[in-house]
Amino acid sequence: MRQALLADRAGWAGGRSGVLPALLGQAPMIATKPMPNRRGMPSLSRALVAISSLLLAGLFFFPLWQVRLKAPQYPEGLGMNIRINTIEGATENDLKNINGLNHYIGMKPIDPETIPELRFMPWIVGALIVSGLAVAAVGRRTILYSWLAGFFALGVAGLIDFWRWEYDYGHNLDPTAIIKIPGMSYQPPLIGTKQLLNFEAVSLPGIGGILAGVAFALGLFAVIHSLRQGRASQDSHAVSAAGETFRSA
Amino acid sequence: MRRFPFLPKPALLFAAGAAAIAVFYACSRTATNTSDVLAGNAASKVYVAPGTYDEYYAFLSGGYNGQVMAYGLPSGRLLKLIGVFSQNPETGWGYSEETRPMLQTTYGLVPWDDTHHTELSQTAGVPDGRWLFVNGNNTPRVARIDLKTFETTEILQIPNAGGGHASPFTTPDTKYIISATRFSVPVPNADVPIPSYKQNFKGTLSFITADQPGRMDIAFQVMMPGFNYDLGHAGKDVSDGWFFFTMYNTEQAYEKLELNASQKDKDFIAAVNYRQAEQCVAQGKAKATSSDYFHNVLDEKTRMARSERRTSVKMLDPRDCPGLVYFLPTPKSPHGVDIDPSGEYIVAGGKLATVIPVHSFSRMQKAIADKQFESDVDGIPVLKYASTIGGEVQKPGLGPLHTEFDGKGNAYTSMFISSEVVKWKLGTWEVLDRMPVYYSVGHIMIPGGDSKKPWGKYLLAMNKITKDRYLPTGPELAQSAQLIDISGDKMKMLLDFPTLGEPHYAQAIPADLVTRTSMKFHKLSENRNPDITASEAAGGIRREGKKVHVNMVAIRSHFAPDNLEGVQLGDTVLFHVTNIEQDWDIVHGFGVMGATNSGIVIPPGETRTIKWIPSMVGVFPFYCTDFCSALHQEMQGYIRVSPAGSNVALSANVSAKAATQVERMKQVPRASSAPR
Repeated sequence: MRQALLADRAGWAGGRSGVLPALLGQAPMIATKPMPNRRGMPSLSRALVAISSLLLAGLFFFPLWQVRLKAPQYPEGLGMNIRINTIEGATENDLKNINGLNHYIGMKPIDPETIPELRFMPWIVGALIVSGLAVAAVGRRTILYSWLAGFFALGVAGLIDFWRWEYDYGHNLDPTAIIKIPGMSYQPPLIGTKQLLNFEAVSLPGIGGILAGVAFALGLFAVIHSLRQGRASQDSHAVSAAGETFRSA
Repeated sequence: MRRFPFLPKPALLFAAGAAAIAVFYACSRTATNTSDVLAGNAASKVYVAPGTYDEYYAFLSGGYNGQVMAYGLPSGRLLKLIGVFSQNPETGWGYSEETRPMLQTTYGLVPWDDTHHTELSQTAGVPDGRWLFVNGNNTPRVARIDLKTFETTEILQIPNAGGGHASPFTTPDTKYIISATRFSVPVPNADVPIPSYKQNFKGTLSFITADQPGRMDIAFQVMMPGFNYDLGHAGKDVSDGWFFFTMYNTEQAYEKLELNASQKDKDFIAAVNYRQAEQCVAQGKAKATSSDYFHNVLDEKTRMARSERRTSVKMLDPRDCPGLVYFLPTPKSPHGVDIDPSGEYIVAGGKLATVIPVHSFSRMQKAIADKQFESDVDGIPVLKYASTIGGEVQKPGLGPLHTEFDGKGNAYTSMFISSEVVKWKLGTWEVLDRMPVYYSVGHIMIPGGDSKKPWGKYLLAMNKITKDRYLPTGPELAQSAQLIDISGDKMKMLLDFPTLGEPHYAQAIPADLVTRTSMKFHKLSENRNPDITASEAAGGIRREGKKVHVNMVAIRSHFAPDNLEGVQLGDTVLFHVTNIEQDWDIVHGFGVMGATNSGIVIPPGETRTIKWIPSMVGVFPFYCTDFCSALHQEMQGYIRVSPAGSNVALSANVSAKAATQVERMKQVPRASSAPR
């Protein structure tokens, strides 16, 4: 019994005949489909990139990031939803009220119209979606790798930009601020929870952010799958031996 | 005699009834005493833990303070005092320029009244939590309170009436509320000898359209004999389409009423077929009668009251409309008239009667069909007592006044003289239980207890006298409200709490029927007040002859502008203050030194105007009166008053802090369109 369990676990974790490879469609593909050439993407990868691109379209509908603020006087909380093209209150007047409260600590008012990123972010996301679909259509491995690299770079750049933005709002305070606490800055957390005076600030990805994460993960799977297929195609004569090697390793 | 406007001298009755009371006490007062209350764990039943809500809103009329009190039940916590007919300095109600027209009458601004009865609007005979109506007894008026905002939004004056006591009881669909005159007066009022009472004095019953906000009006009045009309209630279900009114002084005495209006063995309940009245009005049988009265409405968009004078009502004479009114003889000086949830029983509080008479609607209908009349008064048929009476509750106690129902076939009647609430059974008329109350109970209230579907868990008794119940406060003591648990077979006293003024009646409703529509703030973007200052940058000062208008915003924690100059002695200054907050419960106040009227309190999103006439030269501070933030004390400004003819330029300074904020606000985005 214990052995059976271990064997199954091995199948999940790394065995070539396990569930994960099956999900990735490796075994059946090797058996039933003609091998793609070295420059072409396996059809599963193409499908994954297409799905990934479509998931990214969710960014046009759902907030990328959410910041929630809670204080004794605000038991119902205040919130901001950061979308790719705007920042809006979680309820109608939250942004106005957050700005009203922020004036006590000298923080600049948050005004989506003054944030240039919000103007070009929809174009970047749009380009990512279109290029992703193009990658799926063309099916070349190299452009897949550069697409994912671009996706990664944009994601990291976005997070850094968000962090810088938070840093600026939290540190670059009006010198005539009403409330000044030595050593205190008001930078909200990039992700997670932080106490800012009487406010507990919680920053988490929104549905859009989660979709983007899932999209990236799918892209990664597409690349991994493509890499494996590439190796399988290159060493097709040695599949069995490599399998044995892997298993014994 | 203020406390006993509707009773002969109670002391006499106490003497007269002493023996009877002794008998009642001996046989009845065994159920409850203080130790039972303690043993019954009453405290836990009224305990509402911190951070949790009460189960019911209770709206108690404020009696001679002219206001309405909103309490939470079962805790008895006072939640709000709502200005209605009286100026309320706490909020500036009736002092601010926006609200002063609400108190306009043909007598000028009447800043006080005697509120008697609260009445919740109903849908299909069940309270719906939209509006609360309340009457002014002194200068007959009825008001609508909007339960979205707990604010009075409409007041209608009642012409051809003197004392609007039987008011503002509603029909099951809130199509009409009524107002019947307590004091008969000459109609139209005229300089006539008072001893000509029988010839010249008339009573009127007013049917007021009430189902549309801002549209209250007198649909028609019914001209009645010169009696005193006391209370009323609409029929429901089987008796739908009828309205019942009690009356006293059918003797038509005009002096020493205490004695002279208590001579007849039976007075009347008037049964009025208002559907018949509608038909007669439609047939043109009502006479347009010149009548002078005011209709005041707080406009929903501008949030400003406006007054309209009206000059005519349709008056129906029962002689011109057969089948409109019947009299049901009822012993003796009936006070309350209450209809049970089925609509079949019409219970009278015969305040000097030794029984509680209950008429049967179906018997009444049969008696009308069979023409069981014993006489008529001014063309109104008087039905035979025996032909309409459905039963009598024997030995109920002394001084039955008001009856409410629990929806389980039981009725509860307040006993003024024997200071108790008596529970009895509809149909069998047997007394089931008694509960002493402290002391001299008037109205009682069960949530929904006058509707088709009572929430029969609690009963609230409103008592006139509280000597020895609370810490003394000099010669005048608080009136009490006592909460009684009626969920079991036996009544249990749970709580008493003091009230303001003298609450006459109350209504209560499950809290969620009100909270679901409760408003958190007014949308600034929907504020159509012409004097609105929508942003700090828009603030300013301008002269219009001898009037100086100041447009100002209030926001945490400053006014903008906050320094004003160029006002001269002889000017009248109008401070138009807009609270531009868009957040729940962030209210600002405004007070200026030497103001001879009041301050104002401005809810978020609203504009309020207070008039200030400087009486001397100098610099005068103004400040926020409603603690709003950590920097509330800094929320202030100055107005400089120069001599008449001075050359100080009119200016509205904006402080450095406010100026920074102006820049900030320019950058603040437009209101987002995110769904709530």
